[in-house]
Amino acid sequence: MTTTAVRPDNGVAAPQRPPRRKVRGLLAKHWYAWLMIAPVVLVISVLVLYPLARGIYLSLTNATEMNVGRTIGANEIPATYDLIGLDNYLDVLSGADGAFYPRLLWTIQWTVICVTLHFTLGLGLAMLLNRAMRLRTLYRMLLILPWAVPPFVAAFGWRLILNDQGGVLNAVLGAVGISGVDWLGQPLAAKVSVIMVNVWLGVPFMMVALLGGLQTIPKELYEAAEMDGATPWQRFRAVTMPGLRPVSGTVVLLGTIWTFNQFPVIALLTGGGPGGSTNILVTEAYERAFQGIRDYAGAATYGAVIASMLVVFAFFYQRWLRRQSAEVLT
Amino acid sequence: MSANRGKLSSTALHTTLVAACVIAVFPVAWVALTSLKTERDTWARPDELGTIGLGNYGQVLADTQFTTWFLNSLIVATGTTVFGVLIAATAGYAASRMRFPGHRPLMWTFLVTQMFPAAVLIVPLYNVLSGLGLLNSYGGLILAGSTIAVPYCAWMLKGYFDTIPVSIDEAGRIDGLSPFGTFWRLIVPLAKPGISVTIFYSFITAWGEVAFAGVFMQSEDRYTLPVGMATFVSDFKAEWGLLTAGSVLVMLPAAAVFFLVQRHLVAGLTAGGVKS
Repeated sequence: MTTTAVRPDNGVAAPQRPPRRKVRGLLAKHWYAWLMIAPVVLVISVLVLYPLARGIYLSLTNATEMNVGRTIGANEIPATYDLIGLDNYLDVLSGADGAFYPRLLWTIQWTVICVTLHFTLGLGLAMLLNRAMRLRTLYRMLLILPWAVPPFVAAFGWRLILNDQGGVLNAVLGAVGISGVDWLGQPLAAKVSVIMVNVWLGVPFMMVALLGGLQTIPKELYEAAEMDGATPWQRFRAVTMPGLRPVSGTVVLLGTIWTFNQFPVIALLTGGGPGGSTNILVTEAYERAFQGIRDYAGAATYGAVIASMLVVFAFFYQRWLRRQSAEVLT
Repeated sequence: MSANRGKLSSTALHTTLVAACVIAVFPVAWVALTSLKTERDTWARPDELGTIGLGNYGQVLADTQFTTWFLNSLIVATGTTVFGVLIAATAGYAASRMRFPGHRPLMWTFLVTQMFPAAVLIVPLYNVLSGLGLLNSYGGLILAGSTIAVPYCAWMLKGYFDTIPVSIDEAGRIDGLSPFGTFWRLIVPLAKPGISVTIFYSFITAWGEVAFAGVFMQSEDRYTLPVGMATFVSDFKAEWGLLTAGSVLVMLPAAAVFFLVQRHLVAGLTAGGVKS
């Protein structure tokens, strides 16, 4: 044992072995690494992979609250749901269940609008803050504040502000002569509201990240560009954007994932309403599983569809990462 | 730069920043102000102040289960963080330093499970926890939270370990340390900043978790803060005084800690993201 422990993992290439001893050879060489990842592999298998497999199984059944096995007092009611094959997927993907494509469209709109606003506003503020001026630290502190607010607290606070009965936003609008809006009660206004709140929450992170990125761009580059007579816009295009690429690529991706999966803002601000109009895919799945007659199979199907979209996304993300690091090397 | 900036553009700059600051601060300030309005229903009359006092705070602490929910959130978030970081640290190190068969699938799993929203796993996890009798228990919610925390912590810690020079490991090996000894005695002390950021991040993620907590905790004395506080403003009542006072109590300590560590947060996150 002790001899293998000291042996470095990236040691000299092993001599050709007969295949019979290959497994033992691999074990001797890598047991240490495998031991170190074992707890994570165990936890992920039990908590993620097994539930995932079970979720896929459930999505092939017609399980609802009424027919899954449960225990009421001393009586055990056995499960009575059946395997029904791909019917759930057909229902969802053919549009027969009615909600999927509207939700998907809204999820994409929601993600694109939120991330675009996060990035442009965050970049704008970062560029304003990235110069010598009075009160810079104070501005920075105040602008970061929304990031320090837990999303569920922000959702409650905004509900108070957007309330159609005596909310302060309508009072302010009324004072300048605009009639009040039922922010959380009308489909379009509710969509605007959830985007507004999520943008409020997400801009500070982008701002701080991009400010960090801006500070890594050498001042000399700007000076050189100025000497060459470049206009501010040209300097932005030729110096700022390329200099920010490593940071901006990462934060846009993180932002996309976070926004796609944003649960608390929508669930606590509008509860997906009115009439499900603000439900993105993840809140829709949640609603199916735990509201009204719990449609476990339908929710699992949504879960499986969302998971496969994320796997595809992750695949392209990795390819993109590899291409980026290759670019840096050349 | 500021020397050649005209008075006009300087005014425009400050006006823009002041406007942005007002938008950033206003909701928080409004919640704080509303929490001080002690007269019932003054929240619905924004132009009136009514009497100002700490009555709502007294009420939320004494007459509701707020302190219980606060404690529940604390237990669950701490449990999830400790479990997540402990489990993930060695794996993050192995993934950073060692090349072994299964390395790529492991990194893939970290990446993909990190992206999973709660909605993907919630139904099967509900069934699993129900089968194990862990619904409505701290342990069950900690396990559920770990589905997010473990891959996430492993990914972030791997990113941080990557920034520590390999020559330190080599020096440790020459001195006769085992790989785990190198990790424990040399790398962990050096990685303290990265580990603290990971701890903080997984704590605030678990602290704000809503989806799992909303269905796995079923009795009022086990609610976490988001679930419990949502009961103040249901379809049937609107205790905004209680809700805003509770919000301030949750926000203040969180914001204080946040301002201390915010510089490191971005560095930690982007380090984990850029280097795969």
